[in-house]
Amino acid sequence: MLRIFNKIFATGIVTESVKPPKDDELEQLGIAIKRHIDSKFAGSIAIREVDAGSCNGCELEIHALNNPYYDIERFGIHFVASPRHADVLLVTGPVSRHMQTALLRTYEATPNPKWVIAVGDCAACGGEFGVSYASCGAVSNVIPVDAVIAGCPPTPLALMKGLLGLIGH
Amino acid sequence: MSASQWTAEFRQQLALGGISVEPIAVAAGFSERAELWQIDSQQWQAFAELAMQQHLRWSAGWAEQFGEQFFVNALFEKQGDFILLRSLVNPLKPELPSQATVYPAANRSERHTQDMFGIKFIGHPDHRPWTRHKAWDKHEYPLRKDFPASGNPQGVTPPDLDYQFIKSHGAGTYEIPVGPVHAGIIEPGHFRFQAVGELILNLEERLGYVHKGIEKIAEGRTPESLARLAGRVSGDTTVGHAWAACMAMEQAAGIAVPPRAALIRGILAERERVANHLGDIGAICNDVAFVFGQMQFTRLRENWLRTNALVFGHRLLMDCVVPGGVKADLSEASGHLIKQDIVQLRKELTDVITALDLNTSLEDRLYTAGFLADEIAAGYGTVGYVGRASGQNFDVRRDAAYSPYDRVTMRVALENQGDIASRFWVRHKEIKAALRLIEQFIDLLAPGDLIADWQMPAPGSEGLGIVEGWRGETVAYLRFEADNKISRYYPRDPSILNWPALEKLVLNNIVPDFPVCNKSVNGSYSGNDL
Ligand code: SF4
Repeated sequence: MLRIFNKIFATGIVTESVKPPKDDELEQLGIAIKRHIDSKFAGSIAIREVDAGSCNGCELEIHALNNPYYDIERFGIHFVASPRHADVLLVTGPVSRHMQTALLRTYEATPNPKWVIAVGDCAACGGEFGVSYASCGAVSNVIPVDAVIAGCPPTPLALMKGLLGLIGH
Repeated sequence: MSASQWTAEFRQQLALGGISVEPIAVAAGFSERAELWQIDSQQWQAFAELAMQQHLRWSAGWAEQFGEQFFVNALFEKQGDFILLRSLVNPLKPELPSQATVYPAANRSERHTQDMFGIKFIGHPDHRPWTRHKAWDKHEYPLRKDFPASGNPQGVTPPDLDYQFIKSHGAGTYEIPVGPVHAGIIEPGHFRFQAVGELILNLEERLGYVHKGIEKIAEGRTPESLARLAGRVSGDTTVGHAWAACMAMEQAAGIAVPPRAALIRGILAERERVANHLGDIGAICNDVAFVFGQMQFTRLRENWLRTNALVFGHRLLMDCVVPGGVKADLSEASGHLIKQDIVQLRKELTDVITALDLNTSLEDRLYTAGFLADEIAAGYGTVGYVGRASGQNFDVRRDAAYSPYDRVTMRVALENQGDIASRFWVRHKEIKAALRLIEQFIDLLAPGDLIADWQMPAPGSEGLGIVEGWRGETVAYLRFEADNKISRYYPRDPSILNWPALEKLVLNNIVPDFPVCNKSVNGSYSGNDL
């Protein structure tokens, strides 16, 4: 037990401060920010992440948001297990045809008002996989998308800035 | 016994059993580690029976349309030597006897080939589709050349409600369906449990949800474009799959990778291994609610990824391996930085692992849970850390060494308890071994080219890349057509061999321990579904 405490104290706090992005940065991130979102979510959002066909690269970086460097929960942003508890769907991947119905049902299960963020180049435009017999391509081909965070995969910092931009911190 | 000896003896034994195989000459690089044998389709299963008797391991299976014909391929391994068995099947009546009756490892692979090509495996123990849900019709076969990559999709692809899951009977048993959308930040797949009380009686996996048509959209690509696609077969194995695909392309083109590039590939691959193992160990701690371990390991992983970004320009190392070599050089300063990092990581690992090792709450959950017996691991051809935690002493880096691993001696991490703790400790040992390898590779770096000049491969030339990705043996097969274009690409992720092991190792565990059992295996969904 002592060893654990020693390590905790020796490690200290590694969480880094993140400045909320400026408007031009948001544009760079490819986020079409809507001004009224602030009032809707009042500074805190619950996210349901949906892998709709990703290669898992995007998931690895979304995971990183919970590591002690980024610690995204300190901004009131947390990941929830059910779409019924979610304000925002974070969708990755080109939407595989085998996941199309599952994604539509997840979308329907999310209460209004809801926002959909397409994460990664695949989700944004189909990426390396495009549209095929097996892939619907971009998330917007299946459900309405409110914001896009580009990158293959987007870095945790890009994800963080995108999300902070969305809740207007 | 040397390589050629056992294959020669094996051929004699086959001949005694009335099975004739005909060795075929292929591209020079290809045959260094693998022989290509052709066999009559009627003897496909009989070959497997003898191969099983001689303890050959079934490694991969795929098919290919070549002109009007179909080739069916199966890859076998023994003592680090590979035999690629090939049979021609009649295009008018595409069928051959199943090898899945002999090798359970071939089961899902043959079903994939059936779904994608319409080649029937006679006597196959399971007639259900595997990769096909409802995105294409039962009588359409996406990997046939006359099937357009765009397919004929409906507006909305319906869910696959026809799949016949195993049913449980009897008082007190019940079923738990899970997925495809899971509770965590994780890839989609479906698990069907049959349980009594909390005890798991049976688990059935239903995958294929993230099938993106990778094999089909590979057709017609240039080498660079194929390498990019290969790097996205499974995002956590971008180096492993890109390397296997590039190795196969380089064989087909008959070019050798410069020594400096090979060393940098080795550094990239070992960095990928360390990053994933750090993440997995953290995630295993998380799944038994041991937050200290999770936070420490995710922190160490983040440090490691930041160095990746700094040195190689990408946190996950995507697109660093390119046909003929590598994209980025490693400066002396960067080499120094990496070595300093390693010293620091070793020290921290010692601190954290010592703290974990003495912790009873971890011990209670990880020891004896998720037990995979050696015989079952061998029976399913389990590879990588899952295999090595259940006594399967195989590692491509040592047993079929390729450059740069042929320049160093390495110890393969092994455990033999077969439980979650074993898979935890194998990862820890592999991190330590990888750190030593990275240091050795940096020391071996001498000035030289980063990329070999590309030579356009002759139409029809083929290549077979086999590397030890972080999950285990990773295979890529491909063939070129005219104009430097790919006509067939098949990546075999180690997960394809390891997923069935999960169905076995959860038996008699309790449902709440499933997440940690699953995480201890950490199969790739994307790499499985293609
Ligand atoms: S954007 Fe890149 S990392 Fe994300 S799913 Fe697509 S290929 Fe993978």
